[in-house]
Amino acid sequence: MPKEQEQKRIQRREHGAGAGEDAGQVRASERAEKLKEEMDEILDEIDAVLEENAEEFVKSYVQKGGQ
Amino acid sequence: MAIPKVIGTETEYGIAAAGVADFNPVLASSQLIATFAGALRRIRWDYEQESPLRDARGFEPVQVREPAEEDVGLANVILPNGARYYVDHAHPEYSTPECASARELVVHDKAGERILERSLQEFHAAMPEGYRLQIYKNNSDGKGNSYGTHENYLVDRATPFSAIVRDLTPFFVTRQVFTGAGKLGGEAPWDERGRHRYQLSQRADFFEAEVGLETTLKRPIINTRDEPHADPEKYRRLHVIVGDANLCEVATFLKVGTTALVLKMIEDEYLPDLSLANPVAALHEVSRDITCTREITLADGRRMTAVQVQWEYFERAAKYVEQEDPGPENEEILRRWEEVLTGLEADPLSLHRQLDWVAKYRLLEAYRERDGLEWSDPKLRLIDLQYHDVQRDRGLYHRLAAAGKVERLVTDAEIDRAVLEPPEDTRAYFRGRCVERFREHIAAASWDSIIFDVGREALQRVPMREPLRGTRRHVGDLLDRAPDPATLLELLSS
Repeated sequence: MPKEQEQKRIQRREHGAGAGEDAGQVRASERAEKLKEEMDEILDEIDAVLEENAEEFVKSYVQKGGQ
Repeated sequence: MAIPKVIGTETEYGIAAAGVADFNPVLASSQLIATFAGALRRIRWDYEQESPLRDARGFEPVQVREPAEEDVGLANVILPNGARYYVDHAHPEYSTPECASARELVVHDKAGERILERSLQEFHAAMPEGYRLQIYKNNSDGKGNSYGTHENYLVDRATPFSAIVRDLTPFFVTRQVFTGAGKLGGEAPWDERGRHRYQLSQRADFFEAEVGLETTLKRPIINTRDEPHADPEKYRRLHVIVGDANLCEVATFLKVGTTALVLKMIEDEYLPDLSLANPVAALHEVSRDITCTREITLADGRRMTAVQVQWEYFERAAKYVEQEDPGPENEEILRRWEEVLTGLEADPLSLHRQLDWVAKYRLLEAYRERDGLEWSDPKLRLIDLQYHDVQRDRGLYHRLAAAGKVERLVTDAEIDRAVLEPPEDTRAYFRGRCVERFREHIAAASWDSIIFDVGREALQRVPMREPLRGTRRHVGDLLDRAPDPATLLELLSS
């Protein structure tokens, strides 16, 4: 691998490991906002196709005899 | 020098019929396959053991023998795309044809999903109104029962199995960070069910041993099944049972692409010793750490995260590809591998367009945010399951894909073609084309043989011991020239 690429990767690795707790919290709330923005439409779409009676449906899903 | 990696996957699909009393999954699986396969069904699977020294290009008379499956009438067919579609235990199972590249495998693995989807549509059309089946490409029912997605790789027989165990085990333990399909909660008998909200892998809970022959209980990280379906003097077929069923194309590509590269490096003795102190415990720990930051212990005492172990493999692979095995596919594997490891270190959740466990986790988080759901809410369990539904209008992975929220690697046109046509660069080409053209004259077939009935007294077997022979380049012209199977056999023997 070219040296330059290798150095870039090491920098990225160090950067990733060094993120502080505050930054983490800011990131978390930003993420929740962004998630809502990006996913609202698709969740509405999914609501329309989700199986009815989730609890009963999931309970009845039993698979015996697999590898 | 490492041998080319011929690759295939086998997927046991989950099957259910919510609300149907006395549902019989074995029978339903068989009906599902038979409905799809129609006229193909009369070609039976050939279980005949073959002698190891048989010439790979000759053919010889064989005795007719009825296989066990036929006796109980369960569907078991070979498709014109070279795949096998059959009932295994209580599941419909799809085995892709042999593929010579990771990308081709992605296309054929996806074609399997389409075949299950199409089977379901035809089955529903044939059944009374209101009788509805569900088919899931996943590996667990969430209640302690698992079913497998197995990978197969052609490996040089000369490579000591102990080297495969040593160098592949740490790779399998840590590759979950990108191969995991994600799961709510835990199912391991030794663990409290609700202790972990979410884990990377569907399968990790079900593994209890390092090496062994079992596939249904006490499952081992390295499976020792030795059934090469090829010349056993030259080849091993490494049967991998530790992986998850992936829907994300990038995840499937990386799963088989990186594993094939690691196997080549093992054959060429290119890897450092990364043995783990306790592989089974580490497999469970890695799966249970969605931050991908916890360290596991190596046999030499070093502590590393799963991603760091993957970087060790990656760095060797980058050198290996540059020095020994350059080419566009390997370079794409490296590029995507590096992107994913970089992303996992910066913020695992940034990979929601590439990895199943992240895409599903993000969907669960979005539902929790919007509806204020507890982690124990049954709706989240339903989402965990329905993510894997093969129907493109109902499956949540497919809804994300249709909305452009996951990255595609191959096109729908390629997948549709692979439903009908075999790969051109492995023996699956010969198998698939023969099934397509001469199905009336094929008495039986298997991975490494086709038995023709051309009206002579004895049946004629064509052995296919070399997975990279019988390609379009080798036999395409013969197949095109032969108007009937008798002529084909003559051309093959001349």
